[in-house]
Amino acid sequence: MASLGKEYKEGEVIVRQGEMGNCMFVIQKGEVEAVAEADGKELRLRTMGRDEFFGEMALFEKATRTATIRAIRPTRVLTIDKKNFLGGIHEDPSLAFRIVQTMSHRIRDLTDRLAKSEESN
Amino acid sequence: MKMAENLGLARNFGRKRQESQAWALQDGSRIAVIGAGPAGTMFSYFFLTMAETVALDVGVDIFEPRHFCHRGPAGCNHCGGVVSESLVQRLATEGIRLPDGVVQRGIESYTLHMDVGDVEIATPLMEKRIAAIYRGNGPRESELLETHSFDGYLLELAQQKGAKIIHRLVTDVQQEDDLMTVHCADQHSDKYDLVVVASGVNSRLLEILENESREFKRPSLTKTFICEFHLGREVIRETFGPSMHVFLLDIPRLEFAALIPKGDYVTLVLLGDDIDEELMQRFFGSPEVQNCFPGAVIPDHVCHCYPRINIRPSNPVYGDRLVMIGDSGSTRLFKDGIGAAYRTAKAAAKTVVFHGVDAGSFKQHYAPLCRKISNDNLVGKFVFNVASLVQKARFARRGILRMTANEQQQTASPRRMSGVLWDLFSGSASYTNVFLRTLHPVYIGSLVWNLVAGNLPGSAARNGHTQSEEESHVQH
Repeated sequence: MASLGKEYKEGEVIVRQGEMGNCMFVIQKGEVEAVAEADGKELRLRTMGRDEFFGEMALFEKATRTATIRAIRPTRVLTIDKKNFLGGIHEDPSLAFRIVQTMSHRIRDLTDRLAKSEESN
Repeated sequence: MKMAENLGLARNFGRKRQESQAWALQDGSRIAVIGAGPAGTMFSYFFLTMAETVALDVGVDIFEPRHFCHRGPAGCNHCGGVVSESLVQRLATEGIRLPDGVVQRGIESYTLHMDVGDVEIATPLMEKRIAAIYRGNGPRESELLETHSFDGYLLELAQQKGAKIIHRLVTDVQQEDDLMTVHCADQHSDKYDLVVVASGVNSRLLEILENESREFKRPSLTKTFICEFHLGREVIRETFGPSMHVFLLDIPRLEFAALIPKGDYVTLVLLGDDIDEELMQRFFGSPEVQNCFPGAVIPDHVCHCYPRINIRPSNPVYGDRLVMIGDSGSTRLFKDGIGAAYRTAKAAAKTVVFHGVDAGSFKQHYAPLCRKISNDNLVGKFVFNVASLVQKARFARRGILRMTANEQQQTASPRRMSGVLWDLFSGSASYTNVFLRTLHPVYIGSLVWNLVAGNLPGSAARNGHTQSEEESHVQH
């Protein structure tokens, strides 16, 4: 069967922390991990699987990638251009709804984790 | 009140805003969607998704006499079957992933064939983002493989959201007692708060409605030709690769021709001014077409149809409790019909959920998109007229070939002609956007230079080659 997107091998880096980004990615197949590097140490933030997306902050900000995304299994991702995305939003703002909803979930999750971390400290 | 009078109301809109609010859907309202092609199913999907977010409980019935599990014309909506790069991205953003069984082949380049030479135009990302699909379940007599109809897949998504499929043929729509009544061929009828006409232009429904109405005009149409050649997966991979092959040939009335590799078959699409046998024979007799096939022999096609396409929208595209979407309403000229179905379906769904089902709501929130598509089509018509001039002018074809081939060798410089051709072939950008890019001084300057350089006596392009033929993708 045929497929869309770009293939990455297990262990291959898809985006690297600190790089400038101008697109986001939607996972078509496989699994990735998001890791943040600080003081020479890697902290796994989350894993993501099929139909999930990452790199979306690059669509809204001119800033560097905040994490490294690495395939932890053979993975295929579809690139979403910033230009195409913003053009779509301009015509149909509701296109951003699912992204906003997911970002809301992630903020909630991070808030819970931060609260638990503060509590344990 | 018949359909005619309902559509006539679109021209008599004078309803005050507070009266329009009475036309908002309530819990328990019902919607009939006529047609389960991409427009109908995507309307249903997005309507039900958005209705859920505002806690609106409305039933959606999709009327479709066909079953998309059938092979050949019985299960097919007669279309070239290409989901554009921009639509693939938008669907992915919406959370709609095209599964491997639906994608028959991922396309990552276009190969342009002309009498002066060929050139492959690759996407800079080197990523397959154009999906070649089957609208039905494959060509007639094709093997029972793990293919999945694109239309069938979208219909499943709509059903998962709660839409109900009704396998009946709708023969008429009438307004009775302030609701819309849908009449079917088997004498079944039912009342709805809104009717969404997504029947396309190859069914008789729009013709029936036009005959009944003084004011409704169905879309203007032209005839196209689509057929399938069986070559086998491996032969197609070796011969066509992950590339869609398009042709710029000096054949009158032919606007666009493409060979689209899919699985074990290659789909041929001919678009233009009423495609007929004479035009087809000229096309099949062209060496540029014959050389695309193994041994330069075009095999017999195993499945074919002459579908009509919308080249001018219906008028009007809405009324009270009635809206036309997709090909039944307004669609893009020649390209990205599925993308236009998505845009009109979602715009109509948003209007219905957040505003109302009266003509005033559609006029304010749905019609602007239809006008935008129609206005862009006017630019598209001009662009295709220019392409027709290029079809007739060998010197222009040489210049375009040279400019494109040289761009494909460079990675740093903007690929202006390549980008224009890519978006024109793929339908990924509006015709207005494509046209405006051709007005860029650098584009014009580069084109003029390549027109001169490509036509100088002894130039590589004049002899059918470009400067760096061994590195380029030019073949002659």
